[in-house]
Amino acid sequence: MYNGWKILLGLIIFLAVATFPFYSNIGKATVKPEPKIDTPVINELKEKKCVESKEFMKAEHMQLLNDWRDSAVRDGNRIYVAQDGEKYTISLQNTCMKCHSNKKEFCDKCHNYAGAKPYCWDCHIAPKEAKK
Amino acid sequence: MGALFSFVMVILLVLLAYAGIKAANLQIFFGVVIPYAAILTFLLGFVYRMLKWSTSPVPFRIPTTCGQQKSLPWVKQNKIENPSTALGATVRMILEVFLFRSLFRNTKAELRDGRLGYGSSKWLWLGSLAFHVSFFTISFRHLRLFLQPVPSPVHFVETLDGFLQIGAPTFLITGSILLLAALFLLLRRFLLPTIRYISLPADYFPLFLIIAIASTGILMRYFLKIDVVSVKELTMGLVSLNPMIPEKIDVIFYIHLFLISVLLAYFPFSKLMHMGGVFLSPTRNLSNNNRMVRHINPWNYPVKARTYEEYEDEFREKMKNAGIPVEKE
Repeated sequence: MYNGWKILLGLIIFLAVATFPFYSNIGKATVKPEPKIDTPVINELKEKKCVESKEFMKAEHMQLLNDWRDSAVRDGNRIYVAQDGEKYTISLQNTCMKCHSNKKEFCDKCHNYAGAKPYCWDCHIAPKEAKK
Repeated sequence: MGALFSFVMVILLVLLAYAGIKAANLQIFFGVVIPYAAILTFLLGFVYRMLKWSTSPVPFRIPTTCGQQKSLPWVKQNKIENPSTALGATVRMILEVFLFRSLFRNTKAELRDGRLGYGSSKWLWLGSLAFHVSFFTISFRHLRLFLQPVPSPVHFVETLDGFLQIGAPTFLITGSILLLAALFLLLRRFLLPTIRYISLPADYFPLFLIIAIASTGILMRYFLKIDVVSVKELTMGLVSLNPMIPEKIDVIFYIHLFLISVLLAYFPFSKLMHMGGVFLSPTRNLSNNNRMVRHINPWNYPVKARTYEEYEDEFREKMKNAGIPVEKE
């Protein structure tokens, strides 16, 4: 072996970097986040449903919110007609957050887990929540 | 032909994963067994190749030099392009690894009015730098699926990557740059006759594979909107050596994962080993000190030598008698 220590050092660094996710996680049990929907407003609802179906909201909520923003802020249109024909006021703080008043237990649960950092709260005021 | 073969191979790989999940429900095979096997092949194969290369002797300094060699004191040396010290060679390597210095020197020959001319050609350098930087950034961003909690540098890179703030989920620049750069590198092989002539399936296959990986990634994020929380459950299960298969992950994810596994497993057997090999390139990593330091061939066997002094000691009297001049009386 020629230049042995240099090559071995390089290989050790390579292995340390490449296996970092393994040895920093080994034995750790990960808990799947469960977003909570037990806010007072939701609990009082007779029929618990969001503006669209759960599956649609799970996959497309970011797209929907983005469209809502464009619709309200750029076009001045604050009426959203859902797929079932029902009309909703386009407002993050007054429509979405009225029911989902628990940002920390709802939005943040999955966002933090998946490392998503939406910039909603750059402009909007995050709801005040009591620390648990 | 090489291009068609590689293209068909990648399509077959995609179909294999699709059929494996859709028809045969082999989630455990494609989600756990194959990724582990691929990672192991990658790591062991990489180490094996590097150790094998390290047994090759480098008896003589063979750097490709592109500047003035160290010479007389009043001749200005180019310390980086023609390094005479380890420091200069290190700086040269850093430029090579991070900025692709030798590609920057890429030239193009052209006949103009019957006369041969050379000109600088930077497109290859730009395309491959864009390709590699995007690939690295994307790999780094993917750490969000392998670490819990997600460390702030990963968030920082993702924010930077998405600073255009287009749409939701936020458009990330590197994804499309990777795809475009890979397409550029592919088109280059298609369109330049000289490059097409020397292109082999081993050149096309990684390109098609990476194009497929980038495309499935873009599809997942912006169009099919897969369930990231379930995906992270799977990936965290893999890295914590506690594998599990969450329900309801779209087949596109398994295709993406399978193609990456193929890339990792293919890595040590292919030209992709330039990732490690660049550090061992004797034309780059050696200082040009052949005229200052004596480099002894490591496989030299001891040669029985006899000096003139020994010769004269033996034959001095006879030389004197014959009238031959001697050095010592």
